[in-house]
Amino acid sequence: MSDLTLETPLVSRPDAPAAPAPGYWKSVGQRLLADKTTMAVSLVLLGILFITLGAPLVTHYDPYHGSVLGRLKPIGAPGHWLGTDETGRDLWTRLCYGGRLSLLAAIMPVTISLIVGGFLGILAGYAGGIVGTLIMRTMDVFYAFPSILLAIAICGLLGNGLSNSIIALAVVFIPPMVRVSETVTAQSRNLDFVEAARASGTTTMQIIRYHVLANVLGPIMVYATSLISVSIILSAGLSFLGLGVTPPRAEWGLMLNSLRQAIYVQPYVAALPGLMIFATSMCFNLMSDGFRSAMDIRLNK
Amino acid sequence: MADTASTPVLRVEDLTVRFTRRNTDVAAVNGVDFSLKAGETLTILGESGSGKSVSLKALMGLLPAYAGISGKVWLNGQEILGLPAAALAKLRGGAVSMIFQEPMAALDPVYTIGEQIAETIVQHEGCDNRTAMKRALGLLEQVKIPSAERRLKNFPHEMSGGMRQRAMIALALACKPGVLLADEPTTALDVTVQIQILLLLRQLQEELGMAIVFVTHDVGAAAEISDRIAVMYAGRFVETGTTRQVMRQPMHPYTRGLLSSTVHGGMRGRALETIPGSPPNLAELPPGCAFAPRCRYAADACRRDIPVVTTETGAMARCVRAAELMPA
Amino acid sequence: MSASLEQDPRDRGGPAQPLLIVDNLRKHFPVRGGLLNRQVATVQAVDDVSFSVRKGETLGIVGESGCGKSTTARLLMRLMEPDAGSVIFDGDPVGDRRGISVSDMRRQMQMVFQDSYTSLNPRMTMAESIAYAPRMHGLGRKEAYDRAEDLLSRVGLNPRQYARRYPHELSGGQRQRVNIARALALEPRLVILDEAVAALDKSVEAQVLNLLTDLKQSLNLTYLFISHDLNVVEYMSDRVMVMYLGRVVEAGPVDAIYRRPRHPYTRALFASKPTLDPDRRTTQMPLTGDPPNPIDPPSGCRFRTRCAFAQPRCSESLPPLAAPFDGDTDASHVVACHIPEAQSAMAVHHG
Repeated sequence: MSDLTLETPLVSRPDAPAAPAPGYWKSVGQRLLADKTTMAVSLVLLGILFITLGAPLVTHYDPYHGSVLGRLKPIGAPGHWLGTDETGRDLWTRLCYGGRLSLLAAIMPVTISLIVGGFLGILAGYAGGIVGTLIMRTMDVFYAFPSILLAIAICGLLGNGLSNSIIALAVVFIPPMVRVSETVTAQSRNLDFVEAARASGTTTMQIIRYHVLANVLGPIMVYATSLISVSIILSAGLSFLGLGVTPPRAEWGLMLNSLRQAIYVQPYVAALPGLMIFATSMCFNLMSDGFRSAMDIRLNK
Repeated sequence: MADTASTPVLRVEDLTVRFTRRNTDVAAVNGVDFSLKAGETLTILGESGSGKSVSLKALMGLLPAYAGISGKVWLNGQEILGLPAAALAKLRGGAVSMIFQEPMAALDPVYTIGEQIAETIVQHEGCDNRTAMKRALGLLEQVKIPSAERRLKNFPHEMSGGMRQRAMIALALACKPGVLLADEPTTALDVTVQIQILLLLRQLQEELGMAIVFVTHDVGAAAEISDRIAVMYAGRFVETGTTRQVMRQPMHPYTRGLLSSTVHGGMRGRALETIPGSPPNLAELPPGCAFAPRCRYAADACRRDIPVVTTETGAMARCVRAAELMPA
Repeated sequence: MSASLEQDPRDRGGPAQPLLIVDNLRKHFPVRGGLLNRQVATVQAVDDVSFSVRKGETLGIVGESGCGKSTTARLLMRLMEPDAGSVIFDGDPVGDRRGISVSDMRRQMQMVFQDSYTSLNPRMTMAESIAYAPRMHGLGRKEAYDRAEDLLSRVGLNPRQYARRYPHELSGGQRQRVNIARALALEPRLVILDEAVAALDKSVEAQVLNLLTDLKQSLNLTYLFISHDLNVVEYMSDRVMVMYLGRVVEAGPVDAIYRRPRHPYTRALFASKPTLDPDRRTTQMPLTGDPPNPIDPPSGCRFRTRCAFAQPRCSESLPPLAAPFDGDTDASHVVACHIPEAQSAMAVHHG
């Protein structure tokens, strides 16, 4: 039957690349590398990760040890290049160690909501019908409360502390996560290629694994990344209100609260934890945008 | 005063459109010439990506800002390419108007059909609303919309596909245009509705004497409506002639391929003659004849330049070998 | 995948037994609306459709939008559940304890969709898409990819050039070739082509039609060819079924239908076809208005509201699909019309 190819000759499109295309994730990686903003943002985030996780490498001070004499030193003071806080602890050290809890308190809720919400959303989106309706209407109940109020209420109920703040934020993030994953799954369920896979007689689990997940995980991950930027602000907010991490432990939101009184004495020093919150949140947001455009396979058409 | 029957209402000379963005340079239209008299229909026949719709949009000034348009276009003797936006807007819907493949995209969903037609009339002629509404009713009757009075108060989504197409034609005719540009107006319609719209356009042209530029990929629709056909490939007219000339004695190998690969009655049991390959990438057009890579008659000369071959009957083909390939 | 002219081992009933018998297939969609989301109307998308497909033939289904031809295809593939009716595949009732399961049926019956782009997973290469179904059905990775490459060359695409490409890197015609290859990956006996060439340019359409004809011969396939294009259906089909608003109005051998259409709708449909002859242009509108909405269609014969020959009894009862009694058509040419006299008169008039 090789003569069939001769009967229906096919000139290759001149614009088609001669070399075979790279794999999907490889091409996503290439586009990410070519995106200057995302690369710069990733470098900043890596830097933040390094100074927080590797805090003992970048500072030799103890984050809990202060000095009465060395309180509220300005930026650039000898020995304390970012100054000191209201009990005389080195601010650079506190920022580095504080980042650990801030990032943990921000990323953990998103991870939990990604697993729980993603599962529920994909289930609701693919199954549809009664299961879908049940899940989605339950989520709608949570939407009735403003997210920050809901988080405060849950924290108030469970008491303060790091794990309770993580639980509270996870509960807040699950409904939007379910909604996003439900939407993208429901859309992909009706795509012709999913129908074609159903028509080829493969099982529902196989279809979800090969066709739905690959097309759904991308958008969900992008959304999760952007949620981290919200999560950083919310978790810092909970700590600021005294509902999250408890003193004397270092955490950016908590530091912002305790430096609040010093705002007229050392305004720049007092603003530093806020700056860290803002910068980290911003970076995650920009990174999520970068992922979004790198994953859009149609852009490089 | 020149004789209106012989002066073209629309004349286009060397129309070129390029889309330049970032690192791509797409040569969508590469030198299109034609002229059109009142009451005449020219069909631009071409496949997707041939530049036929882009040409129409360039005439209407509907292309995005990054499109580089050059050439000359005269409408009733007035040069219109490069006119300021306000003057162009005045022409649109006035002396020249356009109908589209998707009437839903051209009609505003929040106004009734009557309101939209009346609004156009008021804007271009400055008459009062009552007169305009009366004219709108007349237009709906002219495009044979049954129970026009009631339909005047319908929103676009309340009408069927064929009815919407008629309503859009009525809207386009509101200010008695001299030139009607039709961009695949029958493509999305069912066969039984398609023929109704074609017949309607033919009849309206007889009544109103306007010139029509009809863009389509459908050979059947072209045969039904046109006086002349221009076959477009890779942004160029590769062949022009009367409908009879193009359909009966195609000179260009592409036209022949297109006609022979169009399935029609009585071809059962025979393998279809096809054009191998797919249309060229407009960002990397080959030098010379763009059809040469797919053409079974291609010679070396085809890769250099493309001569324009004209017969004594007025047909034109851009092909080195047109003369020898011409049917006896 | 050897091209076999000898007996297919899967062939159970022999050549005389139809490959597919569809009996009174029905799908009605409820239209909900109003305050309490009540059912306010019914779309009778497919209403008591019966037909059979013989082994090795191409049955064409033709009709305008809303006639139910695509819904029929989806019902056959069980992409949606029919409300009523039975499907018998080579003697085995589908989804019946005595017959074969839906998934067994799907191994032998495959479908090609209209939109070549959306019917391919954008994140899978061509070879992955084609190899997917065989792999899921238990074929080894290596064997599945070998089969994919073999199929790519069968549909006229060089596997070395195209196996690792993504859908957006191919032209519409090339993608549709891949979709055909994918449909063939399970070595089906019946392929449903649902408007498979409708979105292609004419020159590419001809290439794909030639390919389909070649594949049918070399692989011993049976086609259900669904299209709105009368010329393409005539070219491809051995028998033709004309649908209007969810019902079959006429069916029979292609020559009988195209040379001597009996139903007033079929006649109007053919008369609407552009003539392709500038000297014999259409001058009369064969029909006025659009096909009516399939929501709550007219009583009795569904075409009566647009039919020039409609009589009172056309609104009273549904005309059965039967061979007309005027003796000059063969029994396989069936028409659903109450008034064969009017047709004869019309046939004389037009003939």
